[in-house]
Amino acid sequence: MTLSTPHPKERRIIFGNISKPGYAPDIDTYIAHGGYEALKKALGMKPSEIVDAVKAANLRGRGGAGFPAGTKWSFIRYDDGKPHYIVVNGDESEPGTFKDRYILHQDPHQLIEGLAISSFATNTNLAYIYIRCEFPKAAKIVWNAIKEAHAKGFLGKNILGTGFNLDIYVHQGAGAYICGEETSLLESLEGKRPYPRIKPPYFPAVLGLYMKPTIVNNVETLCHVKHILNMGPEEYARMGTPGDGGTRTMCVSGDVMRPGFYELPCGAVTLGELIYDVCGGLKPGRTLKAVIPGGSSAKVLRAGEVFKVKVKGPDGQMVDKDIPLLDVVMDAASLQSVGTMVGSGGVMIMDDSRDMVWALNNLNQFYAHESCGQCTPCREGSLWMSKVTTRIIDQGARPDDAKNLKNIADNIAGRTICAFGEACSWPTQSFLAKFPDEFEKRVV
Amino acid sequence: MIQTTTRQVDALTPQFVAEADELVSHYPVSKRSASLPLLHLWQNHFGFIDDTGVEWIAAKLELTPVNILELVTFYPWFRREQAGKTIIRVCRTLACALAGSYEVREKFCQSVGIDPHCYSHGFGEAPPTSADGNFSVEFVECLASCGSAPVALINDELVENITIANVPTIVEQFK
Repeated sequence: MTLSTPHPKERRIIFGNISKPGYAPDIDTYIAHGGYEALKKALGMKPSEIVDAVKAANLRGRGGAGFPAGTKWSFIRYDDGKPHYIVVNGDESEPGTFKDRYILHQDPHQLIEGLAISSFATNTNLAYIYIRCEFPKAAKIVWNAIKEAHAKGFLGKNILGTGFNLDIYVHQGAGAYICGEETSLLESLEGKRPYPRIKPPYFPAVLGLYMKPTIVNNVETLCHVKHILNMGPEEYARMGTPGDGGTRTMCVSGDVMRPGFYELPCGAVTLGELIYDVCGGLKPGRTLKAVIPGGSSAKVLRAGEVFKVKVKGPDGQMVDKDIPLLDVVMDAASLQSVGTMVGSGGVMIMDDSRDMVWALNNLNQFYAHESCGQCTPCREGSLWMSKVTTRIIDQGARPDDAKNLKNIADNIAGRTICAFGEACSWPTQSFLAKFPDEFEKRVV
Repeated sequence: MIQTTTRQVDALTPQFVAEADELVSHYPVSKRSASLPLLHLWQNHFGFIDDTGVEWIAAKLELTPVNILELVTFYPWFRREQAGKTIIRVCRTLACALAGSYEVREKFCQSVGIDPHCYSHGFGEAPPTSADGNFSVEFVECLASCGSAPVALINDELVENITIANVPTIVEQFK
């Protein structure tokens, strides 16, 4: 995909060099564009200053959960005498999300620089970049970039004469969505069946890779680190909203005229602006039906919905406010207040030609295929939800189907080791709640 | 149990063993971490993983064969039988499905001579393969390229914005 001209509302920081004519993933191009300057700067700072800068920048993880990155890093005690590890989550497989693909293929050194800075800040000497095997070229490109960085002294022993050592290796997955869950990813990296670990006690920052303190960060998250140091955390934070700093890459797909990635300051656009301005609106003659705002696991929103949200009034009192769907701001807090999430930034748009039962069935089949099978509610429930929606499409619905589907979904969420349980039940719960008529009219 | 007539391990070359050793060296803390890389190496080299492959990798990493076999049966990427020379993996998930990936998969099947009603059932089975052994076609879950849907991963190449009309041309390029 080539989208070389950014939209005027965009502010390309992470995607500054991506899809740019003449930009290549090699180290000389990267250095010519100011690369590895932030690493040099970081190596002259105190490690705690770097962690504080990331905290002050209000950088939230871009993988889906949206946990503040600086806080995550500060869980690692710099001099506890244990080995620390950083694992980059490049398993990008949340349906609707396609940002890391471009970073890994086109600007790998941006990731390696961010990873080196974060390793220095947390006293880490060994890091892995976990890349899904459906990106075979990306694995080669990143591995080659690591070798280039070694040759120039940005990785390896005694980096730039500071005495800091860091080795990075690429690790390829093997086609399992569950490996995007951080503890599953660690099990996979340890060479075991990737069954997620239960938290507590297995928080990666305490008992992570090889049971040692570990940070698992998304590819995009680590890329932001370099820009935080270059711009200064205050200026970086100012680009976003309070509590959600910087830019966020929105990946838009489905029924819009111009699908693709758009790097926008957090909270810079409303959903309406994203669809009708940035993405060029819907296909001719079509009207909006549904939006999945943050990857397939995020709860679906229905066109025309009006949300009652509590906001702070001018006198500081909390007041009720009606927010129509298209006025919802695309940042973490706003989407959470309307009952869904910004997740990994994958926005899927569906117009009035789409059948919601069919769409839900597609997602149910995905989750049934990808459940790892460790916890019974998820293993059995995801399969049954998929069987029921498939039967509704093939043979029509039974009067109890909607009730049964909800019952299955309600009995998965909150009853599993990892968040896959929520991820697979939220689509069913929200499609049933928002589009009950579509299920009713299927009853035969 | 999948029957094979030859033992893959008998065809190992010193170069393969050297590559395997290099991969193991990437994991200084625990050799077991090298199990996925070695499975990829084996499958890329031989096309699939037979019992002797499972046993060799297990021995290399000082594990029991079941530690390796449980990975082969878990991960959809690994298979225990030969697939076509070119594997066409069409994305099935929502964004691609909205853009017509079901029709695209069917067209790929027809263009290479596979019955579109055949699906792979996993557990190490190869995806449906054409009689001449040149092509396999399968549905896979989200390939993370939803903005240019529908897409397919054909061997190592991502093919984007596929239409029914250009499927035969795409197939031609991989013949």
